[in-house]
Amino acid sequence: MAMTIDILSWIMLTAGGAFVFIGGLGALRMPNLYTRMHAASLTDTMGAVLVIGGIMMQAGLTLATIKLAAILLFLLLTSPTASNALASAAILSGLQPEEGPIKPRKNAE
Amino acid sequence: MYYAVTIATLVTMALALVRALLGPSIYDRLLAANMFGTKTVLLLSVVAFLYGRPDFLDLALVYALINFIGVIAVLEFIRERADTDSAQKNSGE
Amino acid sequence: MIIILFGVFLLALLVITALAIVRTDNLFAAVILTGIFSLLMAANFFLLDAADVALTEAAIGAGISTVLFLGALALTGERERGGSTNRLLALGVVTVTTLIVIYATFDKPRLGDPDAPVHQHVGPWYLEKTPALIDIPNAVTAVLASFRGYDTLGEVFVVFTAGIGVLFLLSAGRGGRTEEIRPADAPGPGLRHYLVPRVVGRMLIPFIFLFGLYVQFHGDYGPGGGFQAGAIVAAAVILYALLEGEAQALRALPMSVLKWLVAGGALLYGAIGVASMFLGGNFLDYSVLASDPITGQHIGIIVIELGVGITVTGVLLCVFHAFAARGKV
Repeated sequence: MAMTIDILSWIMLTAGGAFVFIGGLGALRMPNLYTRMHAASLTDTMGAVLVIGGIMMQAGLTLATIKLAAILLFLLLTSPTASNALASAAILSGLQPEEGPIKPRKNAE
Repeated sequence: MYYAVTIATLVTMALALVRALLGPSIYDRLLAANMFGTKTVLLLSVVAFLYGRPDFLDLALVYALINFIGVIAVLEFIRERADTDSAQKNSGE
Repeated sequence: MIIILFGVFLLALLVITALAIVRTDNLFAAVILTGIFSLLMAANFFLLDAADVALTEAAIGAGISTVLFLGALALTGERERGGSTNRLLALGVVTVTTLIVIYATFDKPRLGDPDAPVHQHVGPWYLEKTPALIDIPNAVTAVLASFRGYDTLGEVFVVFTAGIGVLFLLSAGRGGRTEEIRPADAPGPGLRHYLVPRVVGRMLIPFIFLFGLYVQFHGDYGPGGGFQAGAIVAAAVILYALLEGEAQALRALPMSVLKWLVAGGALLYGAIGVASMFLGGNFLDYSVLASDPITGQHIGIIVIELGVGITVTGVLLCVFHAFAARGKV
């Protein structure tokens, strides 16, 4: 039983680390503000759930698990809200998302 | 295995920093700062466990909070500026 | 060890961020980068195992400072004006000073060296005396609140003075409350029309208050204390002001209450000192506050931390309102 919890938590931690790294890569390489927002916010939340979930399984049933659950709940509530607020502000200030196929990147960038 | 997650988080923090330095518009920088804050929360949670001091998790909670309030503050600032700009334009016509 | 590599990596990111803050001329970007700088600094403190300092740096540096800088930016422009002329002289002075300081660090003991005097005499003394005289697990709070309580009284008065200084500077020339005149179809104050942040934010504010109270009274047992708790409670009220508009926040916590908070915390701290003098001990000697010296120390620490928290909350909110209210015509 302890072995399965260990293996499961390692899998979650590794997957969480992979999501976090993919999110960082996406935020850097994507061509447009909205695509970057998409990459950053989705992987933020998923990575946080997996990493903190993995640590919670390692911690067992202690006070630390309750604090981690509180952190997870807070992140789950505020991270998508912040992305929503950011996207609303961007739309309301006039930056329209581009439609259609992505233009090739200019070499001067 | 905690070390692998910590290294991934640190590398992502560096990538987010590059986006904050590069990003042409303020929303890019704000996005990068928000991402940086969330990654700091994850880093702190993992390192608190690496150190074996679970009572350091209070810090991670405070950081998550501060990150959220910071983003909301910047958005209020942008909205305020857009309001005064449009009010000046309307009164100037 | 790998932890040292992590620390070096974070310090390298810190240098890059600092260079970017200095080189950019868009002040808005500089404010966001300053927030990132504070987060990096707090992570560094955390890796050096200094939890109280990391908590304070995060709460005040990354959160409240960013909000106050943005408030100042709203009143001024966004682009920096042209730089000063004599840069070569400044570069020369900075280089010479840096070389002198680096030369001076050659005589310093290495970080964490067990033979350094601070680890032979000062540190062990405090670590021995804390369980014997004060009996709380967090030695940092014991040193801050009891052994060096007079210094902390000075810190509280510095915060108090900063608060009244800001109020003097920014409230001048504003006689009475002026109502804003807005066109009928403009969106209301605060983020009223952004439904999702408003709902989630309002739901979270009571829990942030509760967490602030937890940090305030948990300072004896873990990282925490008055300064951090004051910043967290102020952040909760600032969140309310951002979501609902600054006028609504002033109706909830009017300026008169805030001024009472600013003065009341420092007064409470000083009153404990004077009370212990009346009860026969020295100024700020908490042992005489109860029949048992250790209980007296506990009572003293709790009350002065409360005083610190109250003053910090009041000052941060006064400064926020002073900035935010000045932009309205």
